[in-house]
Amino acid sequence: MRYDDPWYDALASGWGETDGVGAPATGGGPDGRGAKEEGVPAAGDIYLEVQRSAAFQEVRSRYRRFVVPGVLLFLTWYVGYVVTATTAPGVMARPVAGAVNVAMLAGLGQFLTTFVLAWAYARHARLRRDRAALELRWDTQELTRSARGGTS
Amino acid sequence: MTGHHQTLALLLFSGFVAVTLAITTWVSRNRRGSAEEFYAGGRLFSPLENGFAIAGDYVSAASFLGVTGLIALYGYDGMLYVVGFFVAWLLVLFLVAELVRNCGRFTLADVVVARMSERPVRIAAGTSSVTVSVLYLVAQMVGAGSLVALLLGGTSAAARAWTVVGVGALMVIYVSLGGMRATTWIQIVKAVLLLSGTVALTVLVLLRFHGDLDRLLLTAAERSGHGDGFLAPGLKYGGDWTARLDFISLGLALVLGTAGLPHILSRFYTVPTARAARRSVLWSIGLIGGFYLMTIVLGFSAAAIVGPEAVRGSNVAGNTAVPLLALDLGGGADSTGGTVLFAVVAAVAFATILAVVAGITLASSASVAHDLYASLRRSHAKPRSEVTVARVASVGIGVVAIALGLLARDLNVAFLVGLAFAVAASANLPVLLYSLFWRGFTTRGAVWSVYGGLVPALVLVVLSPVVSGGPESLFPGVDFQYFPLQNPGIVSIPLGFLAGWLGTVTSAEVPDEAKHAETEVRSLTGAGAV
Repeated sequence: MRYDDPWYDALASGWGETDGVGAPATGGGPDGRGAKEEGVPAAGDIYLEVQRSAAFQEVRSRYRRFVVPGVLLFLTWYVGYVVTATTAPGVMARPVAGAVNVAMLAGLGQFLTTFVLAWAYARHARLRRDRAALELRWDTQELTRSARGGTS
Repeated sequence: MTGHHQTLALLLFSGFVAVTLAITTWVSRNRRGSAEEFYAGGRLFSPLENGFAIAGDYVSAASFLGVTGLIALYGYDGMLYVVGFFVAWLLVLFLVAELVRNCGRFTLADVVVARMSERPVRIAAGTSSVTVSVLYLVAQMVGAGSLVALLLGGTSAAARAWTVVGVGALMVIYVSLGGMRATTWIQIVKAVLLLSGTVALTVLVLLRFHGDLDRLLLTAAERSGHGDGFLAPGLKYGGDWTARLDFISLGLALVLGTAGLPHILSRFYTVPTARAARRSVLWSIGLIGGFYLMTIVLGFSAAAIVGPEAVRGSNVAGNTAVPLLALDLGGGADSTGGTVLFAVVAAVAFATILAVVAGITLASSASVAHDLYASLRRSHAKPRSEVTVARVASVGIGVVAIALGLLARDLNVAFLVGLAFAVAASANLPVLLYSLFWRGFTTRGAVWSVYGGLVPALVLVVLSPVVSGGPESLFPGVDFQYFPLQNPGIVSIPLGFLAGWLGTVTSAEVPDEAKHAETEVRSLTGAGAV
């Protein structure tokens, strides 16, 4: 009955008293490299099936639609900043107000964009991905368990 | 520095060592000796705790003392470092933290081998993880030796050597007896100490300038003797084109290397779920960002209050800028306040080094025992004996780090850290991203991408001006310098990605579709995660 709540399952396998000798339901074998051994045909087919399901495709494309532009955006902005600072210090030295110049604003801008993007990612994951991913996790574990002919 | 500073600083050092040893003893009393417990602390830390521990693991003495010193001496160019160290966390948050938590168990290799033929990949990933860790460890040991000797006034070779040996012995004790749980609590204690010390100094600076940051910057520029040039890039990296290219290379290594550091990756396994891993990265981004913003203020105020000549007079690389600033903020060299603040900063720096080396030692002993030993030994090792191997490995790594730390004591700390980041970005990041996101990735691609990043990075360093051919080289007498840059990142990182692609397209192995499906489903949903 502990499978009713996938989070609980994840926690329970962490107590580690038996250290995998009593193998976790969906984890690996006792030697810690169980992910590989999980490739018994039935379990492998289940993962393929889940991968092809519309629900999973939706979660994956939501993740990628946020992450790919996000990574491109901040890497371009950072590389542009470093290249400008090293090759065109004159542009960066242009004063804006008081002691503040373009370089100061750009540096603090890097901090600001990092905070904002981190917040946006967390919000996107929480609202758009977490619930669907949790349901998929739950379903997948159910399928793997029944494919193995019941549980322990 | 008078005797009062040293006595008080030594007292505070001893206090910190006593507290950390108490934590280690207390934690190891109820240990059960399982791998889950030793490598991952039982996976039961909360996101808040893990966030502090990540901040404690990441912010080394190179940030606290080195970067503030660079800002005090070179102004804006020191700030460029800070930005690279910080922006790197977005890559960790977006592409690595949650997926690695879902797919792996203890090490980087665990994520990759899920899809590959196990033995060669595990050996490759284990080798590169240990290499990165040892480089990073040597940097911290060298820093520990010179800083503690400097802060305590004893600059003799013997004092430095004994400091290195002492730090090495302590980190081996923490790791081999306490495992991940003790290491994590030491990181948390250290992060709290470091952040409170930094906040206290920043508040004192703001009080001194009545909250007027503009005046702080103007005073710093004026005292530096460079005028407005102090507040713009170019003082340190503005020389010839080699120097500029070198900085771009370092910048790339900093932003891409963090996601491949083994001791950062292993922190994600200490929380129960991927969601908790995400939330711990968010905490650590807040803490690390706040910390780095304060170090910028402290660096500029060291230039404004202490002055670059005094900073340079105490230590050429500027490593003592913050302690000197603390002395002045507390009321000057002969006042009680100055003595106390100076000693506190010295003790915090020491705590920083100790905590960081403990984290790296643990991660590298996990790679030795879980990846290298388990693959190179024919028969299967029992989990219990694997933990024993890891404890022994931590002693071995401690000995290696002490020996290299004594040998390399004249190398620049910032260079060594930059090198560790470059190797991590060239050897670990490509294989990690390929195996998480590329359907057609094969075993040969994985092995090639690790060695294709690791070997060029190390060879280019051997051929660089750091090792030979210049007055400041490791071997000034000989000249086999063929590569002009100090940091190999700009060449070796693309090579790592290229080698992985090349190995994959040339291999006859058909990628296992089911295994890829398993990795993808597990990484995004957490199904089957331990």
